[in-house]
Amino acid sequence: MTDTSAMAGGWREWLLSPQPASRRQARLGRAYLLWRSFSKNKLAVIGLLIVVGLVVVSIFADVLAQYSPVAGGDLRTERLLPPSLKHWFGTDDQSRDIYSRVVYGSRLTLLIVALVSIIATPIGLLVGTAAGYLGGWVDAVLMRITDIFLAFPRLILALAFVAALGPGIGNAIIAIAITAWPPYARIARAETLTIRNSDYISAVKLQGASTARIIVRHVMPLCMSSLIVRVTLDMAGIILTAAGLGFLGLGAQPPQPEWGAMVSTGRNYLIDQWWVAALPGLAIFVVSLGFNLLGDGLRDVLDPKAAR
Amino acid sequence: MSVSTLQPGATANPRRLDTAVEVARKVGSFLFMVAVTFLGLLAVTFFIGRVVPIDPVLAIVGDRAPPQVYERVRLELGLDLPLWKQFWIYFVKAVTGDFGTSVLTNNPVMSDIAHVFPATFELATLGTLIGAALGIPMGVIAAVRRDGFMDQLVRILGLIGYSIPIFWLGLMSLLVFYARLGWVEGPGRLDVTYDYLVTPVTGMILIDSAMQGQWDAFWNAAGHIILPALVLGFSALAYISRMTRSFMLNELAQEYVTTARVKGLSEFRVVTRHALRNAAVPLITVVALSYAGLLEGSVLTETVFAWPGLGQYITNSLHNADMNAVLGGTLIVGVIFVGINILSDLLYRLLDPRTRR
Repeated sequence: MTDTSAMAGGWREWLLSPQPASRRQARLGRAYLLWRSFSKNKLAVIGLLIVVGLVVVSIFADVLAQYSPVAGGDLRTERLLPPSLKHWFGTDDQSRDIYSRVVYGSRLTLLIVALVSIIATPIGLLVGTAAGYLGGWVDAVLMRITDIFLAFPRLILALAFVAALGPGIGNAIIAIAITAWPPYARIARAETLTIRNSDYISAVKLQGASTARIIVRHVMPLCMSSLIVRVTLDMAGIILTAAGLGFLGLGAQPPQPEWGAMVSTGRNYLIDQWWVAALPGLAIFVVSLGFNLLGDGLRDVLDPKAAR
Repeated sequence: MSVSTLQPGATANPRRLDTAVEVARKVGSFLFMVAVTFLGLLAVTFFIGRVVPIDPVLAIVGDRAPPQVYERVRLELGLDLPLWKQFWIYFVKAVTGDFGTSVLTNNPVMSDIAHVFPATFELATLGTLIGAALGIPMGVIAAVRRDGFMDQLVRILGLIGYSIPIFWLGLMSLLVFYARLGWVEGPGRLDVTYDYLVTPVTGMILIDSAMQGQWDAFWNAAGHIILPALVLGFSALAYISRMTRSFMLNELAQEYVTTARVKGLSEFRVVTRHALRNAAVPLITVVALSYAGLLEGSVLTETVFAWPGLGQYITNSLHNADMNAVLGGTLIVGVIFVGINILSDLLYRLLDPRTRR
């Protein structure tokens, strides 16, 4: 007992050492400190658990789901069955097991969130840092474009883009990414403006670093923490927009098990077979709640200024 | 001396002229910014219209038309012109309110939109009113009694409001309050029996029926609008109460509040007359933003509640590949969105002397 606690004290001391012996120790120590203040926030930990749960469910979907997400059972006897031990969430109008569809749907949700952030974050980062660092007419033009994109409500703009590109999950992802980057550009620009005139930037400049190098190596890394917070907080919004597009029939196409589209099917059976619409919608709610809680927690840790 | 006789006004009060020039410059750059934004909105919808994989000529002539007919329609649509010229034509038409004809209804898109807009306006306004009427007092109480019951409630409602899919909330509330409990009327604006009873004047059923003394129709319409308005109001409430709380916390920490307290004013007076009045200025922006946000929420809510407004018009047109209608509707929403933002910005400047400088 005493031995393990002494050992635990050992690594904790090593992590918290004020004189880290190596870069790795310093980084791990910093990460540990962040984790300590993050894990004090119970809601944030719940959020993290929900998000981790989403990832785990989507990885092990094959194991967790008992039925196929697209192939239905017997249409004569297994349509629209209420939740039971055999079908935990009941079955839908095509005799498909709703629980299995929700489980597989987590993959689509994760895919959408991941791809949108991978596409939109670099665009926002690049536009914002370039506008902030270069200033002048570059700044004016880029920020005007950003404002124009911000002028449309997000779902409506995504709707119009999907209308042009054609419905489907790929186009929905592109459309959401197009509407997602402007706030990131704003934040990256604001951060850049505070960094731009720092001494270390002048120092790098005097060493002969090119503008591109300064932006990529010395400005962008400092924008990352507030951007990560914003993107995490935004993920719930991305999920809701994607689900909204799916609900309107413009996102993932049948028979893909997308949660929003599943709610839309359930709409036709709302009054007598409530579970068809209720349970996939609950999944959307829980997951976006998880991302919101996680984002709030991350903000408190990484960006204490913004917290109230 | 001779200069002063030439320009009496300038020398009499040069400072005043300077401010006038300054104001004119500011107004000018503001107007320029507004114009650029609207032009940008047009450019975005124009661009979306160009990338559509549907060939607009084929959509009109059909795929078995002879090449001469195809060519003639192509010329009629101006598709042979250079892009900037096409954009110019698009711009001139849009400014005069011509967004083309809807394929679905065969009416000009603009008159369709004018027809459906009052329904959306009525719903979004009622939603915002509900959100503000409940959200502002809740936010104030939450800030005054920090960590009290209301503070927790505002926090929880905020989290739920930001996380819940509005279309799902709408469906579930229909299930509970309409199907199970029967407290409210179902989807649509009116029961079929009242359909042609009320003559549309403003297009807003509550106002029209009240003006014409059709109280049966009025109460029926009220029963229909209350649920979608509450659903929209909930998302407004989540945002407004959270922002009110944080503005009030900010104000209550200021020194003038301490001064007011030291002077012996009652706590109620300090909160309502001093702190809230100062928090009210940024709150205008918040309420305006949530109003604009409800336009967006209305696309989904109108689909759920079969509400014949702008949102439903856009989605219906979308499913029928009616691009003129989709882009016209999108542009109108964008213009209203920008318009509300500009108005709230102007109001903010008007009410807060610090922003004038």
